[in-house]
Amino acid sequence: MRIASVDAAALAVGLRVGMPLADARAQVGELAVVPHDPVPDQDWLDRLAQGCARYSPLVALDAPDGLILDIAGGEHLYGGEAGLVADVEMRFRRLGMTLRHALGPTADAARALARYQARPAPDEGQAIRRLPVAALELEAEATTALVRAGLKTIGDLASRPMANLAARFGADAAMALRRILGDAPSPLDPRVVPPPVVAERRFAEPLGSSAHAAKVLAELAAEAVEDLAERGKGGRHFRATFFRSDGLARTIAIETGHPTRDAGLVMRLFAERMDGLADPLDPGFGFDMIRLAVTRLEALGATQLKLEGGAARGANEDTAMDELADRLATRLGRGRVRRFRPAATHIPEQAQLELPAIDAPAPLPWQAPEPGEPPTRPFHLFDPPQPIEVIAEVPDGPPQRFRWRRAFHAIRRYEGPERIAAEWWRRRDNGGLTRDYYRVEDAQGRRFWLFRHGLYDEKPDPRWYIHGVFA
Amino acid sequence: MRESSHPLAGLRQRIARLAASGGFESRPAEGWLASGHARFDAAIGGGLAVGRPHEFFAADALDATSAAAFAALVALRTPGKAPLIWLRTSDAGKRSGHIHAPGIAELGGDPDRLLLVEAPDPRMLLACANDAIRCAGSAAVIVESWGKFPLLDLTAGRRLALGARDAGTTLLMLRLNAAPVPSVAETRWSVAAAPSRELEANAPGAPAFDLELLRWRGGPAGTRWRLDWNHDEKSFGDPALSGALLPLPARRAMASHGAAAA
Repeated sequence: MRIASVDAAALAVGLRVGMPLADARAQVGELAVVPHDPVPDQDWLDRLAQGCARYSPLVALDAPDGLILDIAGGEHLYGGEAGLVADVEMRFRRLGMTLRHALGPTADAARALARYQARPAPDEGQAIRRLPVAALELEAEATTALVRAGLKTIGDLASRPMANLAARFGADAAMALRRILGDAPSPLDPRVVPPPVVAERRFAEPLGSSAHAAKVLAELAAEAVEDLAERGKGGRHFRATFFRSDGLARTIAIETGHPTRDAGLVMRLFAERMDGLADPLDPGFGFDMIRLAVTRLEALGATQLKLEGGAARGANEDTAMDELADRLATRLGRGRVRRFRPAATHIPEQAQLELPAIDAPAPLPWQAPEPGEPPTRPFHLFDPPQPIEVIAEVPDGPPQRFRWRRAFHAIRRYEGPERIAAEWWRRRDNGGLTRDYYRVEDAQGRRFWLFRHGLYDEKPDPRWYIHGVFA
Repeated sequence: MRESSHPLAGLRQRIARLAASGGFESRPAEGWLASGHARFDAAIGGGLAVGRPHEFFAADALDATSAAAFAALVALRTPGKAPLIWLRTSDAGKRSGHIHAPGIAELGGDPDRLLLVEAPDPRMLLACANDAIRCAGSAAVIVESWGKFPLLDLTAGRRLALGARDAGTTLLMLRLNAAPVPSVAETRWSVAAAPSRELEANAPGAPAFDLELLRWRGGPAGTRWRLDWNHDEKSFGDPALSGALLPLPARRAMASHGAAAA
């Protein structure tokens, strides 16, 4: 195992990136080691890049630990370059980040300065010429060869003919040098954030009525839908924010199960949500801005309408169903309108997942019934199972009578046991007790699913439960 | 007095028009949810009429599963992928149990067609039912309620019935632990579990149902049926008789009460 990254304190005591961990431990007694996980690091860098969008729209990731900002024309907003750097340093310090920065005439120059500058220099040009040749980031052998030849800085290299360098170390080395010197363009590859669809309206006079605000929202929805149509997208999440003139804002969000470009549907869902609000939308002294943002986009092709107008009949009913599910989910809460999906487990209460219909779960195949056999799983399932009192002929045998909800049931027919063991591979304590399931029918013809929780050699006095009722 | 007769005349005309157009009840149904049992379907004119409300009462609180399964199977045996919208209150899972999709799959139904809606209270249940019933394209809408449902009075029932007729959706009211009361339902059933045909080694067999037609708008009520569910053919059938006749149910008193109420 090798060290992937060190902090300032570790650097001070002589630990270096790439050093074997055992050596480092030998060198420093009390070493705090955290496993290296590149994915969250990448996420964090991405979030920092998002935050840097305040300084410039052109932010490029220099993975794994760098950001390049094109601040041309924007630095005066922070009182010049120094002011901007101070602001960046202040914010990053607040996030607990150690920052090393440099400003350069080109992206590659700035990057090289930030990563390799060792000695101070009177100006930018001098600083670049004093950079070590390692700043070219050639292969280790090439760098060593250059240093051995006495070419220790970029300046040394720049004073020699470029053709010799290219002949000895390849065109890439010459290109890297020209980029750092600014002779060749070094384009940025900015992190692209698709601009979200936003429609907003500001008012000179605040709007005093919620009804009027709803009307404006409908106009914004129409605008947003046009924007979506141009991009070939449909919206899944919509957020309306009502900014009040006293500085407060109220956000109302809706979502749909399928991407949509139907402004009428969006407005019906908003109306549904607003009707159901516990505290209604209060304009206070009036709204001075209303913004509608589409926060989740999905591809949605153009739809072919029939010549007479309106969609084809089958599609119409499908959309009507989707809209009903969306509307009920908006009214009741997304978790209350659900669809079923099978789960790969033998534990009956975990064999089905109930997922919000709005997430449109993809269907998976269900266990098909055995031809000619009665169902082995109940229609209704109790979760948790309900305790019952059972009289069995022999302790290990099938139940004969049981008492559930204060009523006795005499068992006429039974089948079992179906033994379902706990999932010992999932949990450390072997997953718990084994269950013996019996399908029973009482004298009235009602069919129940009972189980004994635990075998007699697992537990001295296992309890009985009713887990479900068959049709 | 002359002036006041104008509204009266208007109302009379309206009634005459309604009568001429056939009115609500006598309009023929657009189709039927058939059980697949020829004699059963023929006896109620083809099956459960589409676009009408039907009520299923569990004969006893313990028969809730049989009533629910019967309603679900009648709806799910229709071919195609049309969803079955099932509305229940959030406490229904504790009372009669959670709907167990693997069990439905083993009965030959397609659980992917099920759209489960859980309303927090009966008032919301009724409001959602009104929305669901007005949405064309479902196989059926099942509204499950437990106990008395005072909110579902004649007006509310009529509103549901009109919504169902206009959209052509079938409403299956599942009334568990409740006594039949007058309503606008097209048919009203009492459903109970019936002893199944035993399999090898005294094992319980295919699901069996005892049905009693408590009321039917189109004809006489009071017929009783015992049906078996065959999940291979996805249809109801006669129980393979082992010589035993239908036992006289002990629930007779309640059943006749229901017939009287209608």
